[in-house]
Amino acid sequence: MPIPLIYNVRSVKARWTSTIVALVGIAGTVGVFVAMLSLARGFRATLVTSGSADNALITRAGATSEMTSGVSIDAVKIIQDAPGIARGSEGPLLTPEAVLMAPIPLRSTGTDANVELRGVAPNVLTIRKNIRIVEGRMFRHGLNEIVVGKNAKATYSGLTVGNTIALGSARWQVVGVFDAGGSAFDSEVWGDAHLLNGAYNRPDTFSQSVTVHLTSPAALQQLKDTLTTDPRLNVDVTREIDYYSKQSTRMTQLITILGGFVAAIMAIGAVFGALNTMYSAVAERGREIATMRAVGFNPGSVVLSFLFEALLISFVGGVLGCLAVLPLNGLTTSTINFQTFSNLAFAFKITFDLLWMGVVFALIMGVLGGMPPAIRAASRPVASALREL
Amino acid sequence: MKYSRLILANLFRKKVRLILTVGSFAIALVLFTFLAVVKSAFSRGEEIAGADRLIVVSRIGLMQVLPVSHADKIAAIPGVKAVTHNHWFGGVYQDEKNFFPQFVIDPENQRKVMTELVVPDDQWNNFLKDRQGAIAGKRTAERFHWKIGDRIPIKTTLYGGNSGEFNLDGIYHSEKPGGDESQFWLQWKYFDENVPAVLKSTAGWYVVKLNSPDDAVRVAKAIDEKFGNSSFETKTETESAFAAYFAKQFGNIELLIITIGSVVFFTLLLVTGNTMAISVRERTSELAVLKAIGFSGRAVLFFVLAESIVIAMAGGFLGLTLAYLAIPVIGLALTGLLPPLILSKSLLTLGIGFALLVGAASGLLPGIGAMRMRVVNALRRA
Repeated sequence: MPIPLIYNVRSVKARWTSTIVALVGIAGTVGVFVAMLSLARGFRATLVTSGSADNALITRAGATSEMTSGVSIDAVKIIQDAPGIARGSEGPLLTPEAVLMAPIPLRSTGTDANVELRGVAPNVLTIRKNIRIVEGRMFRHGLNEIVVGKNAKATYSGLTVGNTIALGSARWQVVGVFDAGGSAFDSEVWGDAHLLNGAYNRPDTFSQSVTVHLTSPAALQQLKDTLTTDPRLNVDVTREIDYYSKQSTRMTQLITILGGFVAAIMAIGAVFGALNTMYSAVAERGREIATMRAVGFNPGSVVLSFLFEALLISFVGGVLGCLAVLPLNGLTTSTINFQTFSNLAFAFKITFDLLWMGVVFALIMGVLGGMPPAIRAASRPVASALREL
Repeated sequence: MKYSRLILANLFRKKVRLILTVGSFAIALVLFTFLAVVKSAFSRGEEIAGADRLIVVSRIGLMQVLPVSHADKIAAIPGVKAVTHNHWFGGVYQDEKNFFPQFVIDPENQRKVMTELVVPDDQWNNFLKDRQGAIAGKRTAERFHWKIGDRIPIKTTLYGGNSGEFNLDGIYHSEKPGGDESQFWLQWKYFDENVPAVLKSTAGWYVVKLNSPDDAVRVAKAIDEKFGNSSFETKTETESAFAAYFAKQFGNIELLIITIGSVVFFTLLLVTGNTMAISVRERTSELAVLKAIGFSGRAVLFFVLAESIVIAMAGGFLGLTLAYLAIPVIGLALTGLLPPLILSKSLLTLGIGFALLVGAASGLLPGIGAMRMRVVNALRRA
């Protein structure tokens, strides 16, 4: 027959100081565990949502990022007639882009950080369909005008609509703000590709990459086969979403290794805390346990009972840890993108499954911390335990 | 010490608790050391930067090139000892995961400017004669088990075709502890012959060595003024300011790790401190007996303090030993992502100091309580 659970709930309440110590240890560990994972996920999600399945990015063969890529204007002319590319009223949906970097002061510290400047074709919004202008308007073709991503506007000083800033050798008026749904584009500044190339002494016969809108996601293979077998071209064709998810690997790896190591050390610490609490609980209640055994509860029930108590503490600790970091969800922070050297804003992303993992992690710590004391409690001889004190 | 047996006996009366408390202390110390080491890795660039060096980049952006002819003009400025130029090569060795920085260097001046990065003379001379030569940092050479004479294929989009192969002519190491030993150096001449027209006769950035660090501000200004209003304006900063610029862009992540870590570290210490306090409180009656048979209040305080400090020191040493063993392993996992993790002597000392402080603090409160208690009351309570 099992020992009533209310016994454990009451005994946890009776020893609230040592319970709190164990709770804090477990809550802290779970909090850090969830926060680190949500950071890595947020960074990844920002880059992954930048790409869409029905766009393809064409770069020079072997290029690891747009920064090391280059596609000539002659190549663009060949690419635009390839099958699989969607066509709008003004011809193929394709944007040859220039990717540059400009130092612009951060609002927070006043020091410069690298902003990614993207020179785009005027029809870019028909290709990247999930991007909307939320303030002002789109830049006009042939004018020194720029539009800025909503995170770029929030992160850097001087990127407000109506303001004029110097980029390269020219001055540019900010005419609009766009919302790219939290993707990497939100950290960028966009303008006319030809004018940006001019302002940066770059030849206008080259662009860094070409992004095309596909007739359907399945059309990628056809486009890829056509372009990579064309002897006049030397290009790679990547689905946009794959390109961006690959960019996130190094930073995600860094966060996961650092966070994982910290969480692992803390988990050991928390298990020690739980062990300490449960051992002292067992020690204090030597007579109680012996009495229970004497009135007929078997050793298995005693083990279960103490295990339940440890799980109760760790469950509450886990939930508290999750609750403590929940306000981080959606909080925007920024770091350097290794692949482009530019600054990238992203948000913590706490999902239900992360919280669930956090609680399971807490319960595992509870089992590890509760099992040895529970076994000790059950294995003490009844007679000698009763004689104590 | 005539009381050492009493203290030891008290320490070992609850072995499990002793192990757990020492263990918790050790864990806290491992965490502390690890976070401190990671933090110093993030700001390594600034720490090791030469005070007598300036970095000259294009004013309009980091990835913009400058004409290589700037070098002679910079060298002519009074106060400049030597100038060298670099390019970011950005190739891939086997797989993108195998990242290490590759610089195209100017062999004539590299050693005059980067004096702390040392290459044996015979290796350097072979490199000078070899247009496709390369010099690797010790850390990178060890990471990929390269030997001098190996041919290293580096995929690049810069050289018409898709790949460049380089001969490893030498391995450099840093005379300054913590210096960057992960770079891979290539010949500028070979680069210049093979790149597309846009990149011919260009430099990515210049590194300027000064006669004296005091000249930094004046020379930096003179360089920027010299090229002001030209089509290739420059931005000159000290090497440490340049490194700080990169470190700051990491900014928030670093701050986050440190904040979370510190909170947790102090929580762990609180937990351990509390455990020690409990173990003293449990023995109130025993301590009263000691006082009753003639030990002074101070002696009792000493017993309690000695016990908590011994626990803290044991935990501290154990933790630092674990950290010492674990950090190279975790550093290996982070190769190519962060500069090497270095556990310095001053950090170890700081760790021990920390352990001592917390040990004393956690023993002090219950110890003072024990010193001041009235024997009669304490005995009656038991």
